[in-house]
Amino acid sequence: MNERQGFKFIAVFLNMAWFASFVLIPGLMVVGISFMTRDTGTFFSPPLTLTQYRELLDPVYAKVLGASLIYSLNTTLLCLFISYPFAWILSRASKHRRPLLLMMVIIPFWTSSLIRTYALVILMKANGIINTLLSAAGIVSEPVTLLYTDFAVYVGLVYSLLPFMILPLYAVMEKMDLRLLEAARDLGANTLQVFVHVVLPLSFPGVLAGCIMVFLPAMGLFYVPDLLGGAKTMLMGNFIKNQFLTAMNWPFGSAASVFLLVLMGLMLIIYFTFSRRFNRHQAL
Amino acid sequence: MTRWLKISWVSAVFTFLYGPLLVLMVFSFNQARYTTSWQEFSLKWYMRLLDNPQLLDAFFNSLTVALISSMVATALGTLGAFAVSRYRFAGRKLFFGLVYSVMMSPDIVMGISLLMLFVLAGLTPGFLTLLIAHVTFCLPFVIVLVHARISGFDPAVVDAARDLGAREHEVFYKIIVPMILPAVLAGWLLSFTLSLDDVIISFFVTGPGFEILPLKIYSMVKLGVTPEVNALCTVLFLLTLAAVSAAHVLTKEIKR
Repeated sequence: MNERQGFKFIAVFLNMAWFASFVLIPGLMVVGISFMTRDTGTFFSPPLTLTQYRELLDPVYAKVLGASLIYSLNTTLLCLFISYPFAWILSRASKHRRPLLLMMVIIPFWTSSLIRTYALVILMKANGIINTLLSAAGIVSEPVTLLYTDFAVYVGLVYSLLPFMILPLYAVMEKMDLRLLEAARDLGANTLQVFVHVVLPLSFPGVLAGCIMVFLPAMGLFYVPDLLGGAKTMLMGNFIKNQFLTAMNWPFGSAASVFLLVLMGLMLIIYFTFSRRFNRHQAL
Repeated sequence: MTRWLKISWVSAVFTFLYGPLLVLMVFSFNQARYTTSWQEFSLKWYMRLLDNPQLLDAFFNSLTVALISSMVATALGTLGAFAVSRYRFAGRKLFFGLVYSVMMSPDIVMGISLLMLFVLAGLTPGFLTLLIAHVTFCLPFVIVLVHARISGFDPAVVDAARDLGAREHEVFYKIIVPMILPAVLAGWLLSFTLSLDDVIISFFVTGPGFEILPLKIYSMVKLGVTPEVNALCTVLFLLTLAAVSAAHVLTKEIKR
């Protein structure tokens, strides 16, 4: 083995070994254990079964999964509704203002969403700022319950995940060729028609990417319902966490995680199929 | 859209994103115990913070994990990015697949999969397990950033160096590393931030013997808020802000 080969071997081997040991093998373990039987002593035992998956479909659990999916879906739609006009305005802002505005979106993207969730707790407490302001303005006579409601959970989820929607939308909108919009208008399209037939289709890859980036993490953020929703709300994250740490049911928790992974796989397939078709369309 | 509507939409979103944080920071300087009304400016809660060894320990533990894991991830990821951009090898596609799947997969799945691995391997959850987990979720970011930078420059430079007699590790340390340095630094800073802020994955792979700040804050907030947490969160937020800004400046450098 010459020196170049040796260097290549080390560089490749170290990385491959790391990913194999800490991503591939644990990932396969989750899948494997989801087909095993629960065992209180060793966490799981050999007889291979589909019990865990059948149990997930049991009305009791299916309801939890369904509720979690609805939370994530609503969060995604809320984020989309807020972000779409926002990203559009940002992408059309003047060249020298854009970097600053973009930076302001990126900062919350990288800072602790736990701290941001905690900031919301402070705002929404019974004796918190919002209630103080509301009663000072004479709008309410008694403090409104904000914390530990569904409303608070949605605010928390949207708050944590909003930048994940804005950034991909901004990315596609910034690249959009404005001459296409002008052409549509010249050909007699009104604003609504331009939006429906030109802007919306062109921004679709961004919409799709943003939705995936919000929908998937939304299901895992167990601390948001914990801190803002009381113990009433359950996301997939809370469910999986409980199966592992409280119920000690590894196979069942694994099955729920596999469900998440399958969902992720499906969404990625949809994304790639669509963006490939989109690119071909663009090339024509 | 009218100009007025545009301005109010943008301001509303930014108020939503920054308002709560601003309130948190302002009230960390409030004399009063409750975040209801403003009494007077005081550094009381920052002083309390300095008198709280548990919190300080958690803070230093977090810093230690973030520093070491970001350095390991940067070193490993830079080498990895160099390898995938310069060599063809079996499993290259699989490697890229794994890199992207780590970035995409829900944190909770990575958390529980590592938890199971560590339990079955007989590792006591604590510093080491946290370190491994943090390196794992930072690694893809370093690889993607550095890879983008390497693909951006002229491969002829490397060939020239080799023709002039540079050996492979010399090509790496004397040509490649200086050229990709901004990307490497950006990758390091982002890893540091990711590690410092992570809650979900750390939650599963840490043990009672080794407490880190985000989890400490989580349990404190669950038990009932004390104003020291405001001070602590302010410090943590400013720290991340500094790291992110620096990384952002460096990433801009990459695109140039």
